Amino acid sequence: MGKKILLEHVNVEGIHTYEVYRKVGGYASVEKALKMAPNDIVEEVKKSGLRGRGGAGFPTGMKWSFIDKKSGRPRHLVCNADESEPGTFKDRYLMEKLPHLLVEGMITSSIALEANLSYIYIRGEYMWVYRILERAINEAYANGWLGKNIKGSGYDLDLHVTCGAGAYICGEETALIESLEGKRGNPRIKPPFPAVVGLYGNPTVVNNVESLMNIPWIVENGGEEYAKIGVGRSTGTKLISASGNIRKPGVYEIELGITVEDFVMSDEWCGGMQTDRPLKACVPGGSSVPILPAHLLFKTAKDETRLMTYESMSDGGFATGSMIGSGGFIVYDDRQCVVRNTWNFSRFYHHESCGQCSPCREGTGWLEKVTWRLEHGYGSMADIDLLWDIQRKIEGNTICPLGDAAAWPVAAAIRHFRHEFEYHVRYPEKVKDRKHFEHEPWEQVKHLMTKQEAVLV
Amino acid sequence: MSLNVKTQQPVVISEKTLARVAELKSRFPEGKHKSALLTVLHEVQDENNDWLTVDAMDKIAELLNIKPIEVYEVASFYSMYNQKPVGKYMFEFCRTSCCVTRGAEDLIEYTCNKLGVKEGEVTPDGLFSVKGVECLGACGYAPMLQLGDFYHEFLTPEKMDQLIEDCKAGKVEKLSKV
Ligand SMILES: Cc1cc2nc3c(=O)[nH]c(=O)nc-3n(C[C@H](O)[C@H](O)[C@H](O)COP(=O)(O)O)c2cc1C
Ligand code: SF4
Ligand code: FES
Repeated sequence: MGKKILLEHVNVEGIHTYEVYRKVGGYASVEKALKMAPNDIVEEVKKSGLRGRGGAGFPTGMKWSFIDKKSGRPRHLVCNADESEPGTFKDRYLMEKLPHLLVEGMITSSIALEANLSYIYIRGEYMWVYRILERAINEAYANGWLGKNIKGSGYDLDLHVTCGAGAYICGEETALIESLEGKRGNPRIKPPFPAVVGLYGNPTVVNNVESLMNIPWIVENGGEEYAKIGVGRSTGTKLISASGNIRKPGVYEIELGITVEDFVMSDEWCGGMQTDRPLKACVPGGSSVPILPAHLLFKTAKDETRLMTYESMSDGGFATGSMIGSGGFIVYDDRQCVVRNTWNFSRFYHHESCGQCSPCREGTGWLEKVTWRLEHGYGSMADIDLLWDIQRKIEGNTICPLGDAAAWPVAAAIRHFRHEFEYHVRYPEKVKDRKHFEHEPWEQVKHLMTKQEAVLV
Repeated sequence: MSLNVKTQQPVVISEKTLARVAELKSRFPEGKHKSALLTVLHEVQDENNDWLTVDAMDKIAELLNIKPIEVYEVASFYSMYNQKPVGKYMFEFCRTSCCVTRGAEDLIEYTCNKLGVKEGEVTPDGLFSVKGVECLGACGYAPMLQLGDFYHEFLTPEKMDQLIEDCKAGKVEKLSKV
């Protein structure tokens, strides 16, 4: 068993209650942090090498050091619990099981940032988790960990939970801030960054649930201890939420640095494939990251063993690599159709585009339309190039990264599975059956593609 | 958005909800009470047959001391607010990739056939509606649906039959109220 930082106590009976959580050492990091100089806490987090667990992997300590402490304006810490990236369900697990670890992480981090008013923003669908957090926060107030003059330190902190209402875009940090202000979730143009102008115009740090839950351990044990776990610049543990055609879908805490093959095949984690149908592809970091064909999953293009680290997962760049992203690890066997899946993702991004910028609003619409017609047997060879062209025109031309997130999966699918797109054009009558690859997997039909036929355009 | 003025229903906002609104407002600084809007919309929708009339939204504007348009534009942006009547039991199936690998499409088809509705429709008795929604953060527990505040996971046709029966018998809890 690997080291557990977040899930060490997850199976302790009643761990969601204050009493039990406190008995196993909960809130010790707050006691320690209250005696430290805030900037020393930031230094420890820098030393830990912790990288944001929300998807982008930006170093947390560095982000904290950008918060404007000079202007004298009130500061805020906002926890991003909007978790909506397809494939990702780790934050929900953490909050359901260990609500007090999040509250503790929020308090300790707020001390470091010298923030006196902080919020947890949770997606509206997680309403029962919202109630769990409300209860935990009330317990923390009742026991003197929140409110005025916490434990006689002179430090005041108010912490509240608030919810969204069904909009993936509110996971983007500036859209989240807008939503938290009671508005539509339209991302803001950056700069200014939230660290300078954030919630209510005040300096604000937005961090993912899992990032913040690592803070208590780092403060208690020191950044250097944390940095000893993992490999290179991928320090610590990471929660991976595994889904798709594997035997044991679920949430796993891994030490960064285990091999991808072990993660998929070992009984400690995914437990191998769901049935005897072979592995076809994997989206290793949530729907926004490039899909990897089976032959690039366990090994990199350089034939090196691929590891569960930020660096190894992205080895080969977008040509032959992917990203660890949010840790949403989706496995596909050969019953699944890459074209159908690409249409599914494109529909998602079109549905979730906030509509502010035309490349994203219009582009995601076209991605959905063209992938739909290819999947349903109405596409042409020219459509494949058209898709490529559309995604390229979205990427980099939008206010927020949702545009890129919509473009990348399409680009990667065409890059690695162009033959499947072409099959859909050449054999429309076969793909009109929704379960075409379930009945006739690619391996059985690929010989058809070597037949010379009049080129269909 | 379709602001439905014809199909009206009286707005219900109980004392308990009013007290809740006051508590929610107190979570935000003076002058920033608009921040409570999303949560208040949920509360009021829950109390009014799961959808928001114009009157309900106007009432919310009054409670938060903001303009009605500020409520409408938010209500129309977020997918969880309904501006038309929905079934008493609205099955919101996740239709996104991970759930599809585990048979979500079959299950949605099965349920629609069983209830005799298409996605987005309400059964004539007003009891059920079916909606396809995007990833609900239950990808490893697929296929699944949301019903009110709760998730129903690892579904099969048999479990679906049972859930429908339980709904008809009034045995299914929708709200995770405090
Ligand atoms: C479209 C979009 C959706 C996002 N969704 C989430 C999300 O659900 N949860 C999250 O923590 N970060 C999400 N992010 C990343 C946030 O913008 C932000 O980088 C993150 O919350 C920072 O926290 P971290 O540094 O601790 O990872 C999203 C970003 C984009 C562009
Ligand atoms: S890229 Fe898309 S989601 Fe992001 S601001 Fe532009 S339209 Fe909105
Ligand atoms: S894909 Fe269905 S819950 Fe995530």
